[in-house]
Amino acid sequence: MSGLGVRTENLSVRFGGVPALDGLDLRLAPDKIHGLLGRNGSGKSTLAAVLAGFRRPDDGRVLIDGMVPFENAVVTSRVCLIRESGDLVDSAPVKHVLGLASGLRPYWNDDLAGELLDKFEVPTKKRVQKLSRGKKSALGVVLGIASRAPLTIFDESYLGMDVPSRNLFYDALLADYTEVPRTIVLSTHLVSEVSALLEEVVILDNGRLVTQSPVDSLRGRGASIVGPAAAVDELTADLAVLAEQRLGGTKSTTVLGDLDGALLAKARSAGLEIGPVGLQELFVHLTGTTHVKESSR
Amino acid sequence: MFDDRSPIYLQIADQIKNDIVTGALAEDEQVMSTNQYAAFYRINPATAAKGFAQLVDEGVLYKKRGIGMFVSPKARELLRTGRRESFFAEVVDPMIREAKAIGVPLTEIVQHLEKDGEQ
Repeated sequence: MSGLGVRTENLSVRFGGVPALDGLDLRLAPDKIHGLLGRNGSGKSTLAAVLAGFRRPDDGRVLIDGMVPFENAVVTSRVCLIRESGDLVDSAPVKHVLGLASGLRPYWNDDLAGELLDKFEVPTKKRVQKLSRGKKSALGVVLGIASRAPLTIFDESYLGMDVPSRNLFYDALLADYTEVPRTIVLSTHLVSEVSALLEEVVILDNGRLVTQSPVDSLRGRGASIVGPAAAVDELTADLAVLAEQRLGGTKSTTVLGDLDGALLAKARSAGLEIGPVGLQELFVHLTGTTHVKESSR
Repeated sequence: MFDDRSPIYLQIADQIKNDIVTGALAEDEQVMSTNQYAAFYRINPATAAKGFAQLVDEGVLYKKRGIGMFVSPKARELLRTGRRESFFAEVVDPMIREAKAIGVPLTEIVQHLEKDGEQ
């Protein structure tokens, strides 16, 4: 078994005429852990649903390993989407849900499922509707990991879990991914919490692609330049400005891109301070509207 | 453990170099596998592998096929020489700047070094 690659071409989905995904061109390389990042309403869940064949695009197309997923059993049995809602039969006991998954998932691992349920302390005799929100989420991630699907998508499915349980999930996911590499997509807005797990990130905003990049090369790509407003403006005139903030005569400008040595030397001689920008902050700037904040005096 | 302000693979490489310089990792000692490392620090295995590959490229670690990665016999000396070269620029000069800014005379610093540095 190996992981599935994903390609979307001009992918568009509209809800009542309003675009949720707007001409998205994307490639997800197989056997990597991808982060799908975006604010609420950015189109993450819609993209996840289209990838899993839960819905059909209005325009453009999605190809999973070269095949259209919608109403294609060959593809959908190998794609596992776990959503926060769970998509579970509420009235069934947990062990029936497991039986169903083992029948549907060609790479299902029963021992792994049992081991993970123990770790998360999910009672298998209870009905799904009797589980707490945290245990329901835990059941979801167990189904996701134990399915060992060549494309596994977790769509905010671990939001209902507390911090120790989320850490258990991250550990279990990494351990099993190391043993059986496959394509994994983690959709989330908890950037700082999951970023170390990822190899690639896709950032969406308003249904459009903001950037796709190896996550490690985004770290340290932002810089904040602080100093007298005129000097800051002169230095950042030709740079991609993400945000600006003023306090009296002092200005802080956040820019994207690798600053070269000449520019750094110029900044130092002008007495400007240059600092790195963390990934979470970069994400906030990339997905927010750029505006100048003027502090009142 | 790691921060989001610079690539994690570089932070991994720096951390292992630090362990070698301080002697926490001895020469010819085996280092953790990239998978063990990834699980321990809860990071992507490819990121860990990139950090280790960087150290192999720099001659700090060497690979034994099928066994794992080890600290190069000359790694400690190599790293110490590199750090000595930047010691004055990166450690001493900022201290002097700070001393001047807050009005600590250099003679006082010399006294302090002579008194405490020998202990």
